[in-house]
Amino acid sequence: MLKLFRSLKPFWLLILFTFVLVFLQSMSDLYLPTLMSDIVDKGIIEGDIPYIWKIGGFMLAVALGGAICSIAASYLSAKVAGGFGRSMRSRVFQHVQNFSLQEFDKLGTASLITRTTNDIAQTQQVLTMMLRMMISAPMMCIGGIIMAVSKDAKLSLIIVVIVPVLAGSIALIAGMGMPLFKAMQVKLDKLNRVLRENLTGIRVIRSFNRIQHEQERFKEANYDLTSTAVRVNKIMAAMMPIMMIVMNLSTIAIVWFGGLRIRDGHMQVGDLMAFIQYAMQIMFSLIMVSMIFVMVPRASASAARINEVLSITPDIDDPLVAQSSEEGRGYLEFRDVTFSYPGAEQPALSGISFTAKPGETTAIIGGTGSGKSTLLSLIPRFYDVAEGSVLVDGVDVREMTQEELRAKIGFVPQKALLFTGTIADNIRYGKKDATDEEIREAADIAQATEFIMNMKDGFESEIAQGGNNVSGGQKQRLSIARALVRRPEIYAFDDSFSALDFKTDAKLRSALKPVTRDATVLLVAQRVSTVMDADRIIVLDEGRIAGIGTHRELMETSDVYREIVSSQLSEEEIA
Amino acid sequence: MSEQTRRPGPPPGGPRHPGGHPGQMMPAQKAKDFKGSLKRLVGYLRPRRGTLIVIFLTAILSTVFSIASPKILGKAITKLLEGVIAMAKGTPGAGIDFTYITQILLILIGLYLFSAAFSYIQQYLMAGVAQKVVYDMREQINAKLSRLPLKYFDSRTHGEILSRATNDVDNISTTLQQSLTQLITSIVTLVGVIVMMLSISPWMTLILIVTLPLSFIVIKAVASRSQKHFMAQQASLGQLNGHVEEMYTGHKIVKAFGRERESVEDFNKINEKLYSSGWKAQFISGIIMPMMMFIGNIGYVLVCVVGGIFVTHGRITIGDVQAFIQYARQFTQPIMQTANIANIIQSTIASAERVFELLDEEEEVPEAADAAVLNNPKGAVEFEHVRFGYKEDAMLIEDMNIDVKPGQTIAIVGPTGAGKTTLINLLMRFYELNGGAITIDGVNITHLKRGNLRSIFGMVLQDTWLFNGTIMENIAYGRAGATNEEVIEAAKAAHADHFIRTLPDGYDTVLNEEASNISQGQKQLLTIARAILADPSILILDEATSSVDTRTEVFIQKAMNDLMKGRTSFVIAHRLSTIRDADLILVMNQGSVIEKGNHEELLAKGGFYADLYNSQFSGGSIQEVV
Repeated sequence: MLKLFRSLKPFWLLILFTFVLVFLQSMSDLYLPTLMSDIVDKGIIEGDIPYIWKIGGFMLAVALGGAICSIAASYLSAKVAGGFGRSMRSRVFQHVQNFSLQEFDKLGTASLITRTTNDIAQTQQVLTMMLRMMISAPMMCIGGIIMAVSKDAKLSLIIVVIVPVLAGSIALIAGMGMPLFKAMQVKLDKLNRVLRENLTGIRVIRSFNRIQHEQERFKEANYDLTSTAVRVNKIMAAMMPIMMIVMNLSTIAIVWFGGLRIRDGHMQVGDLMAFIQYAMQIMFSLIMVSMIFVMVPRASASAARINEVLSITPDIDDPLVAQSSEEGRGYLEFRDVTFSYPGAEQPALSGISFTAKPGETTAIIGGTGSGKSTLLSLIPRFYDVAEGSVLVDGVDVREMTQEELRAKIGFVPQKALLFTGTIADNIRYGKKDATDEEIREAADIAQATEFIMNMKDGFESEIAQGGNNVSGGQKQRLSIARALVRRPEIYAFDDSFSALDFKTDAKLRSALKPVTRDATVLLVAQRVSTVMDADRIIVLDEGRIAGIGTHRELMETSDVYREIVSSQLSEEEIA
Repeated sequence: MSEQTRRPGPPPGGPRHPGGHPGQMMPAQKAKDFKGSLKRLVGYLRPRRGTLIVIFLTAILSTVFSIASPKILGKAITKLLEGVIAMAKGTPGAGIDFTYITQILLILIGLYLFSAAFSYIQQYLMAGVAQKVVYDMREQINAKLSRLPLKYFDSRTHGEILSRATNDVDNISTTLQQSLTQLITSIVTLVGVIVMMLSISPWMTLILIVTLPLSFIVIKAVASRSQKHFMAQQASLGQLNGHVEEMYTGHKIVKAFGRERESVEDFNKINEKLYSSGWKAQFISGIIMPMMMFIGNIGYVLVCVVGGIFVTHGRITIGDVQAFIQYARQFTQPIMQTANIANIIQSTIASAERVFELLDEEEEVPEAADAAVLNNPKGAVEFEHVRFGYKEDAMLIEDMNIDVKPGQTIAIVGPTGAGKTTLINLLMRFYELNGGAITIDGVNITHLKRGNLRSIFGMVLQDTWLFNGTIMENIAYGRAGATNEEVIEAAKAAHADHFIRTLPDGYDTVLNEEASNISQGQKQLLTIARAILADPSILILDEATSSVDTRTEVFIQKAMNDLMKGRTSFVIAHRLSTIRDADLILVMNQGSVIEKGNHEELLAKGGFYADLYNSQFSGGSIQEVV
C-alpha cells in the first residue's frame, strides 16, 4: 500500500494544499461551538442583543469559510485521486505490454485484467476517502481535545475516560465480527461455486439423475451461509446501540460534572454547551477512524496485487547493443534448441536443430503436446530458449531488438484473434501504412474477399469484440490476410488452416505459392495432406525431432511419421 | 489468490457500487413494474408479520426515546443557567438545584438505556428476518433452476443467471437488513424532531424549515450537473476495460505485429478521458457534503442567534436552545438518508424483479401422472417422423426416421455445428419435439419418468464436467450409493486406476475448481469411469480427444471401445474405423441431419458425405467432426 503511494510524489503540492484546506475546514467546524458559547455566556446572560447579532454574523462567515475550504479540498482530492488512478493505470498497462508470454502465463490473462481495472479502481477509491477522512478525522479529534482542554482542563478528564471505553467497545465488536465476516465470504464463495457447478454441469447432472443430490448440496451451503450471516448481523446489531450509549452517558457525565464546576464558579454554562459539542466531535471522529481501519485492509490486498504486477520484470528484454542483420532475408536456423516452460518437469522442446531458407516451406507435424506451437513461438521470441539459439538472418534473436525481429515475421496464430474495428483496420494491423490496394490484395490471397464483399459494409464492416460476428473460418482467413499484408521475410502459420474447408484450403495454398516464393514459410499442421509437398517436414514427438526430410524420405526412415500417416490416409493414398 | 475466480463477472443489473455509495447520485436502476414487484417482495415478509411488527415498534420506541432526550437534557441546562443567573444577581439562598438536575439525569440514563436496548432488539430481530427471507429466496431460485428446461440455460449466459441468484439476492438482503429499519427510523426521527422543535419554538422551527428547500435545490443542481460526468465516466470506464481486455487477450498478436506502442497510446487516450470525467464527477459529488454542511450551519447560526435573542427576551429557556441545536443537527440527516434510501429501494425492487422473472420462467413439461418406468431397457431406439427445430420457423430436422436395434453403433459425422448437442437434447428430452416421437424399447420417451429416461443413457463428452471434490466422489457421481470398491472397479475398467494411484492422495485427491490439477485426458478417463459405473443401456460418446497426449489417447480409445461393447451407442465419430464399422451413419450439417446410411451406401450416393470423406477423411485426421 505505502509502496504504491510513493507514486503520489508528483502530487505532493496538491496533497499539501488538501491537508491545509482540510485543516482549515476542521478548525472552522471546531470554532463554531466556541462562538456559540460566547453568545450564551456574553450575549444571553448579559442580554446583549447586538452582540448576539455580531457573533452570529461572524459564525456565518466562519461556516462559509469552512464550506469553501471543504469544496476546494474536494476539488484537489478529486484531482489527486483521479491523477493517481490515471498514472497507476497507465504504468501498469505499459508495464504489462512489455511482458512476454511467459509472464502472461504466470499471472493469467483474467487476473491481469482485474488487476489493471478493478484493483486500481479500488485503491483510487480508498485514496479519495483517505484524503477526505483520514486527515480530517484525527484533526477533528485532536482539535476537539485541544478546544475541550482550553475550555476546561479538569472536565476534559472525562474525555480521557470516554475515549478508551469507546475505542475498546468498537475494537471488541469488530474483533468479534471480523472473523465472522471472513467466514461469511468463504461460505458465500462456496454457495456461488455450487451454483456455478450446477449451471455448467446441468446436462451431466440431469443425465445422471442427480438433481436431488445437488439440491441438498445447495441447501447445505445456503443454510451454512445464512446461519453465519445471522450471527454476524446479530453481533453487529450491538454496534450502534453501544456507541450511542457511550456517547449519551458521556453527555450526562459532562452535564453532571460540569454542573458541579459551574456551581463552584470554575466554568460557564456556554462553555459547558460547547464542551458537549466538542465531546461529540471527538467521538464521531473516532468512529470515522474505525471505519478507515475497515477499509484499509481491503485496499491493501488490491495494492499488493498491483505491486506484484509491477515487480515482475519481463524476462525478455532488448539487448543493450542491438545487432542488425545485414546478410540475406529470411534465413532461419535452430541450433540445438532446448526449451522448458517454467515449472515443467520435462522440457517442451529439446535438441532441435534445422535451417530454413527463403523459398522453402518447412512443415512441422506431430501429435498434440509434441511441441509444434512452442517451436513456432520461439521464432518471434515470445519465449527465450533455455539452451542453444534461434538465429534469424544469421543473428541470434536475443541480439536483435524485438521490433526489428518481429517486423520480419508474419505470424498467424492457432486461435485467430481479431480486434474491434473495421475489417480493413484488422488487416492493416499487419502493416500500418498499407494502402487499400494492398489490403484488397491480401484479402484476395487469403480467400477472404468473397465473404467480405457479402457483408453489408464490405471492408468497412465492423468486427465486434472478440470477432464474434464472423465465423471461425472467416476469422482465420482475416488473420492470414493480416500476416500477408506485411510481406514478411518469414511466414509462421500455426495450424492456421484448420477451420477452413477443403476447397478453400486448397485455393488459399495455391494463391499463397507465388507470394511466398521469396519467403521462408513455417507451417504447423495436423493433416498429413497439408504437409505432404513441403520441402522439409519436421516430425516432432514429445519435444524431440523424430524425423526430418521430405514426405518420401520420411516414409522410409521414420516410424513415427509412418504411424501418423497410416492413421490418417487410406492405403491407396499412402503409396 | 483467487480474485479472478471469485468475481462472477459484471452483473447486468449492476447492483451497488463497490465500496460504499460514492454514486448516490447515479441514476438508480428502475423497476419495470414497481408496484407489483414491491407487493410480491412484501409477500415474503408476510409470514414473519409478528416479528416485523415487534421490529417496527421497537424501532419507533427507540427513536422516540432518543428524540425526547435532548429536550429533557435541555431542562437540566436551563436549571443550571437559572442557578447561575440567580447567583449572578446575588439572590439570597440562590444556587443550582442539584436534586432536580440529578433527577433529570437519572431519567435520561433510563431513556438512553431503553433506547439502546430497543434499537438492539430491533437490529437483532431484523437479522433473523432478513436472512431467512433471503434463504427462502435462494432455495426457491435453486429449486426453480432444477425445474427449468435446458432451453432456458442455453439461451442465457451463466453469468447472467448467477448474477440473479447472487448479486440481486445480496442486494435484497442488504436492503432488508439495513435500509428498511433505517427508513422507519428516519421518518420517525424527522416527524419526531419537527414535533419537538415546534413544541420548543414554532418560529425557530420555521426558520430551520426554510433552509430545507435550499438543500433540495442544491442537491438537485449538483446532481443534474454530475450526472453528465458520471455517464461520461461510465462510458470511458467501459471503453478502458474493453481495451484492456482486448489487448491482454490479444497480447500475442500485439507482440507479433509490434504494436505495443499504439496499444499504449490508445490506452492513454482513453485513460485521459476517464481521468477528466472521473475527477469532475468525483469533485461535483464531493461538493454535496460541504454544501449541505454549510446549509446546516446556516440553520445552526440562525438558531443560535434567534434562540439567543429569544432567551434574552425570556420567550424560551437556554436549555431549549441547547435542545434545539441538537435537534437541528439531527434534522438534515434523516432527509438525506431518506433520499438515499429511496434510491436503494428502487434498485432493490429492480433486483427483486429480476429474481421474480427467473421464478416465473416456464418450467419443463410436467411428467405424466402415470409415467412409466423401464426397468431393464434393452436399448432399442426409434425415431418416428421426428420434427425438431430450436425455433418454430427454422426446422433442423424434418421427418426423421431411424430404427436402432439394441447394441448397434450409430456414428454421427459432419463439420462443426450444433449437431452433437441437438442429438443429446432430443434423446434425453432436454428439449421437446415439434412433431413425431422417439421411443425406447417401444415406449415413447414422453411417457417415461424423466429420471428413468435419463438413467438409461450414459454420456461421455469432450467438455468433461467434474466438480470440486475428491476423485472418488466424482466417479461415484455416476450412481448414487456406489461403494468404494465399485468405484475403483470402474476406474480400472476405464484405465484410470493407474494414473489416479500416482497422484499424491490417490482417490482422495481433491479436484480444484477448474479441475486444473489433472490433465484434460485424465479428466476424460474419469468421465468414462463415471459412465462405466452408471452402467447405462445406451451411450452417447464423443470420440474427440483434443489436447490429449498420445499415451492417454490410447487409453481413452481402449476404454471407450470396452464401454461400447454390448450397448447401443451414439458416437460422435472422429476415427475412420468407428465410422466404417458403424451400423448407421448420420451426416449432420449446421445442426440438421442431411444424410443417413452406412459407409458404402453413403459413398455410393456421392453426396455430402462422399465429398466430406474424400476431402477430409482421406486427407488427414478428421478435424472437429460435428
